[in-house]
Amino acid sequence: MNQRIYEMINDRAFPTPFCPGCGHGILMNAVLRAFAELEWDLKSTLFVSGIGCAAWIPSPHFKADTLHTLHGRAIAYATGAKLFNPRLKVMVISGDGDLSSIGGNHLIHAARRNMDMTVVCANNSIYGMTGGQVASTTPLGSLTTTTPQGNQERPFDLCKLVESAGATFVARHPVSAPIPLTRTLKKAILHQGFSFVEAISPCPTQFGRRNAFRSAFDMIQALKNSSVSLEKAKGMSVEELAGKVVVGEFVK
Amino acid sequence: MEWKKVKSTLAPGWYFMQGDEACAEGALAAGCRFYAGYPITPASEIMIRMVHRLPEVGGAFIQMEDEIGSVSAVIGAAWAGAKAMTATSGPGLSLMVEALGYAVITETPCLIVDVQRAGPSTGQATRPAQGDMMMVKWAAHGDNEIVALSPWSVQEMYDLTVKAFNFAERFRVPVFLLADEAVGHLRETLVIKEEVEVFDRVKMPGKPPFGTEEINGVPPMPAFGEGANLLVTGSTHDPWGFRKTQDSAIQARLTERLTRKVLDFKHEVIETDPHLLEDAEVGVVAYGFTARAALQAVKTLRTQGVKAGLLRLVSIWPFADDAVAALGRRCRKIFVPEMNRGQIAGEMTKFTPTPVIPLPKTNGEVIEPAEIVEGIRRNL
Repeated sequence: MNQRIYEMINDRAFPTPFCPGCGHGILMNAVLRAFAELEWDLKSTLFVSGIGCAAWIPSPHFKADTLHTLHGRAIAYATGAKLFNPRLKVMVISGDGDLSSIGGNHLIHAARRNMDMTVVCANNSIYGMTGGQVASTTPLGSLTTTTPQGNQERPFDLCKLVESAGATFVARHPVSAPIPLTRTLKKAILHQGFSFVEAISPCPTQFGRRNAFRSAFDMIQALKNSSVSLEKAKGMSVEELAGKVVVGEFVK
Repeated sequence: MEWKKVKSTLAPGWYFMQGDEACAEGALAAGCRFYAGYPITPASEIMIRMVHRLPEVGGAFIQMEDEIGSVSAVIGAAWAGAKAMTATSGPGLSLMVEALGYAVITETPCLIVDVQRAGPSTGQATRPAQGDMMMVKWAAHGDNEIVALSPWSVQEMYDLTVKAFNFAERFRVPVFLLADEAVGHLRETLVIKEEVEVFDRVKMPGKPPFGTEEINGVPPMPAFGEGANLLVTGSTHDPWGFRKTQDSAIQARLTERLTRKVLDFKHEVIETDPHLLEDAEVGVVAYGFTARAALQAVKTLRTQGVKAGLLRLVSIWPFADDAVAALGRRCRKIFVPEMNRGQIAGEMTKFTPTPVIPLPKTNGEVIEPAEIVEGIRRNL
C-alpha cells in the first residue's frame, strides 16, 4: 500500500512547504491512501485548489493533473472542467478561508447544484499563509493577529452550511483520526454528486501558539479530546456539547 | 501551425440576425463547445443563443452564480480541452478581471465578449458606449498582452468571433471581442459561407506546457485527463509548471515571453480597414459601431470639398501603431470620434506627431454622421 502511495507523489515536490506540526501532511496522506485503497488510477483525476496552505496539498505534490487557481475560485474552475469532461474525477482540496469566506458563494452553489465533485476542506480555523488572521471558521474568543481582543464573530459550521445548501454527502473528521478520515474520504470519492469532507487540521504556527497550546502535540491531543462522534452526540445535552466538535458522516 | 478549414455549423446562406446572436454562431463555427455566463444587459442574448445551440453541437453550458464564477469555469473548461467563452458588459467585466491575469500567466486560450454599455458602474444598462477600450488593455495587474477586436457589423460579430478564437488558440491568450450595445442589438444581414478557417491548439506530448526555447514562443497545450500530470498554477512557474516564486531569472523570462509571444507577432493580429484614404488630407480613425457613422461623415465631407478618409480599426490590441503613424504622415489632422472621452485618441498620440483631435460623445447615444461632420468642420 505504501509503495502505491509513493507512486502517486511527485518526487520533485519535496520537501513539503508545511510547518512542523501542521496537520495538512496527515490529510495529504489520508487523501492519497483513500485513492490507493480504492485502486484508483489518478490519470483521470483532476485536483483543483485555491490559494493558501491547504491549496499546496495537491499542487505540486500529487502525480496527477492539478489546477492551482485563484483565491476562493477552485470550485468554479472545477465546475468548468467537470462539465466539459464528465469522465474526470474532480477533487477540490483547499482551506477554510478559501472555500468558505472568499469562495463561499461558489461553495453553496456547487452544493445546491449537486455538482459531481468531492470537496475536501482543510479547516485550521485561521489564515495561516498570510500570518494568522481571523477566519470565518475561527472559534469565538480566539486570539488571532486581527482579533487581538479575541474573536467576537460566530464561526460557520461548514457541514451544516453545505448540508442546508443541498450537498448529498457531508462529513467531518479531525486529522487526529486518520483512519476514520480515510474511510470517509473513500466514500466521498465514490459518491455520485456533491460530497464535502471537512478535515479539521491543526495550525500550531499561527493558531496554536496564540491560543495557549504549548505544542503541536497538544493541539492533536486537544482535537482528539474535543471530538465527539455523531452517535454519541445524540445522547448529549447542549451543555455537555459546549466546546466539543461533532464528527462523523452527517449526510450520506 | 494547426490551421484548418471546417464546415460552418450553420447552413451556408443569407440570414437576418442580431449581432449578439451572430457572435454566438461565430463561436460555434470556430469550435467553441463551452459557455459559462451570468445575465447582464446588453450581452444576455449571446447566452440565450448558446443555451439552445450548444447541446445541438455536443457542447456544455452553465449559468454560474456570478461573473467571477463564469470566467473561472471557462478557464477550467479550457484546460479540460474546450474552446470556451463567456460574454458580459462593464459591471460583469469588472468582476472577470480577477481571472484575467490568471488566464494570461497560465496561457489559457479563452474568449471574453464585452458588449459595452454606458458606465461607470451600473451607468445606463441599455445604452451603448465604448468606454472599456483601455480597461481591457490594462485590467490585469502585472505586465501582460491580450488581444482585442472590435466589430462594426453583424457580419463582423460572426467573423471576428471566429478570428478571436483563432488568436486565443494561436497565442494561448485571453481575447476580447469589444462590441457595444448598438452593434450587439443591431439586426442586419449575415452571410454564412461554406467553410471557416480555424486554428486548433497545438499538442506535443512530452514537451513542456509552460515554456519554449524561444523567448517569444507559444508552448503546446495538453488537456486534463491525457496523462500529462499537468501542473497549472497562477504563481510564477518553470516550463513544467513548478512554482518558482523566489527565482528572479524565471520571473524575468516568463514575463518577457508572455508579452513578446504576442507583440513579436502582432502583424498577424493587427487589421485595419481603409476607406477613401488614397488622397486624404484629413484623417478619421474610428472603430465599432461609430465607424459606420464615420464612413458616412467622410463621404459627406467629400461632397463638400474636404478630402477626408477613414482608417477603421478592426483590431484594437495590439495597437495598429504603424497604420496610425502612416496616416499621420499623410494627413494634417486626425479626428477620432468615439463613445468615450478620448481613449483611443490618446493612444494614437504615442505614434504620430500629427494633431489628433478627439470627438468624444458619452451621453449613452450613438454618434451620428452629422455630428462628426460638424466636429471636423469646426476644427479644420
